[in-house]
Amino acid sequence: MKKLPLSQLDALFAAIAEKRRLYIPAGEAGTASFTPWREGLKLTDALNTARSAKDLFFPQVENLADFKVTGKQIQVIENRDPAEPFVLFGVRACDCRSFDILDKVFLCDPVDTYYQARREQGTVVTLACTEPEETCFCTALGIDPTDPAGDVTAWMAEGFLYLRANTARGEELLSSLPLLEEGEKPEQDRSVFEKLPLRDLDWSAFGGERMMERFNAPQWASLAESCLGCGTCTFVCPTCQCYDIKDFNTGGGVKRYRCWDSCMYSDFTLMSAGQPRPTQLERFRQRFMHKLVYYPANHEGEFGCVGCGRCLQKCPISMNIVKVARALGEEAKP
Amino acid sequence: MRREALIPQVVQVTDIRRDTPDVKTFRVVDLDGRKPFLHIPGQCAMLSMPGVGEALFSITSSPTNEDYLEFSIKKCGCVTDWLHAIEPGQQVTLRGPYGNGFPVDTDFAGKDLVFVAGGIGLAPLRSVINYVRCYRDRYGTVDIVYGSRSKADLVDYQEILDEWCSEPGISVHLTIDNPQPDWDGHVGFVPNFVKELGFDTGKTVVMCGPPIMIKFTLAGLMEQGFPRDQIYTTLELRMKCGLGRCGRCNIGDKYVCKDGPVFRLDQLDQLPDEY
Ligand SMILES: Cc1cc2nc3c(=O)[nH]c(=O)nc-3n(C[C@H](O)[C@H](O)[C@H](O)COP(=O)(O)OP(=O)(O)OC[C@H]3O[C@@H](n4cnc5c(N)ncnc54)[C@H](O)[C@@H]3O)c2cc1C
Ligand code: SF4
Ligand code: SF4
Ligand code: FES
Repeated sequence: MKKLPLSQLDALFAAIAEKRRLYIPAGEAGTASFTPWREGLKLTDALNTARSAKDLFFPQVENLADFKVTGKQIQVIENRDPAEPFVLFGVRACDCRSFDILDKVFLCDPVDTYYQARREQGTVVTLACTEPEETCFCTALGIDPTDPAGDVTAWMAEGFLYLRANTARGEELLSSLPLLEEGEKPEQDRSVFEKLPLRDLDWSAFGGERMMERFNAPQWASLAESCLGCGTCTFVCPTCQCYDIKDFNTGGGVKRYRCWDSCMYSDFTLMSAGQPRPTQLERFRQRFMHKLVYYPANHEGEFGCVGCGRCLQKCPISMNIVKVARALGEEAKP
Repeated sequence: MRREALIPQVVQVTDIRRDTPDVKTFRVVDLDGRKPFLHIPGQCAMLSMPGVGEALFSITSSPTNEDYLEFSIKKCGCVTDWLHAIEPGQQVTLRGPYGNGFPVDTDFAGKDLVFVAGGIGLAPLRSVINYVRCYRDRYGTVDIVYGSRSKADLVDYQEILDEWCSEPGISVHLTIDNPQPDWDGHVGFVPNFVKELGFDTGKTVVMCGPPIMIKFTLAGLMEQGFPRDQIYTTLELRMKCGLGRCGRCNIGDKYVCKDGPVFRLDQLDQLPDEY
């Protein structure tokens, strides 16, 4: 394990940024975001970023290809947004787990080469949590916030930053930083996590096996009743991955790009022949069924939620996955 | 570099046939004049004109056709309007094939087959029917029930008359919704016609058409006592990626673009009613 006095954090960032682009969580709580590091940029005091770390691998908008149309002829021009080596510092355990969930979607056959290129270029340095918020429930989903995954795991304790490489890529990053010294991190007190209000959330009613039962639960009507269909919960969520493909006429040609979309929107599934999800009830149900039932059904029981708490903080009507889990979980009890 | 599934290939439309007032059939080859890719009957592909948009269509030609792919396309929006206005020689883009297709070499083998189609729903079934015709000895009896609003709305009418109707061992049953002077065939809706024909419940039924046709035909088949695992149909939902990723086309844990569009009725029974 390596260590560095926290007073030298700026020097560490400068050393990393010398070789590749570095993103760190910066800004005020509520709007903090992963920001390209520049001289003077400080780590945020906020526990987590407002938007999740998925942006770096699955950006909100990206070029797929360009087309040139001349008369009856079409030319495809590969014009991707470049994927350059970068380091993503300060990813929390929940967001890091979200990469595993997105990997299963984007890296299965046929692989999404845009996502893959960014995954291959990105080195993830996670940061262990010490002061979780009341909306956090990663521990209820089997995630250890004190020992997150990633290429490198970092801890802040007693005036030092401790760093442990977990992968070859992480090893490479640490060995390129001569300012690091050898060190062992002190034992962390975990009692704060044992007091989190949502630590005991019960997921036993969910998973792939009881799809029809959960789908037909009467609770959806009251849960979805006041949902505005604003899509905020899907945009801030680190595991939401729905997208749209659109063309933009540039005058000289056509840009085909991909952008985030949301299952909470009414035109998401609209067809001339009809609308399979006609009201907000069906759309609302889709989002939570996907995370808690459909995703696990397709991925060996793993849930599509990492307990980051963003949807708890950001929903304008205070609806969220915890309320859904409680309402449906209650119903499922004998 | 690895091939990206979302980047299409450029292909050329070599022939356009008008089938009905709102359906045209497009023949497509790659820029070397060859068939763009291999497929299974029932699979689909994304056709697009950059700047207009992308849309998914069933491949209506049979895999046994080695020269080109064909798509029968009904005019109903941006991409389809644009396609209806083009002339041969126009290039378009194509990606695919997508979906599971019909189990022509497994479950269908040795079975008596009844195809039931309505309107443009014949498009995916034409691929299977011509495949079955090519390997005729691998299957039992073949019945084709096909209906449209009027005689002019029957897709592939010429091919049906010239090739299917004259082939021994294939029974074609055509119907139109309302009587018209130059029609001496059956008149009436597909579901009733299927009932009247009273097929043996040991046959395998393959259905494709508007939801209302599927619904009532199905009710009739149930009444007659057909087992649900002998009935196949295709589903149509909004699609963008074709890869099970954009999140649009799922029914429960199944993606219609990837796990479908072909489903057996007993498989649909396991899924939420959201289509
Ligand atoms: C598995 C599958 C197979 C299909 N096979 C064929 C075929 O062989 N021949 C054929 O003519 N059509 C087929 N379709 C339907 C075809 O995809 C739509 O008609 C097409 O997307 C409309 O595109 P557009 O740009 O012309 O219309 P748009 O301008 O996009 O829209 C016109 C209207 O169609 C709706 N729409 C968008 N996507 C679809 C969709 N997938 N299905 C129905 N309505 C839609 C829009 O919401 C709008 O109301 C198939 C669809 C699926 C999912
Ligand atoms: S559903 Fe809510 S808590 Fe779960 S990962 Fe998404 S934003 Fe975070
Ligand atoms: S659950 Fe909340 S955040 Fe999500 S769409 Fe509904 S109102 Fe918006
Ligand atoms: S079309 Fe994108 S998931 Fe099926």
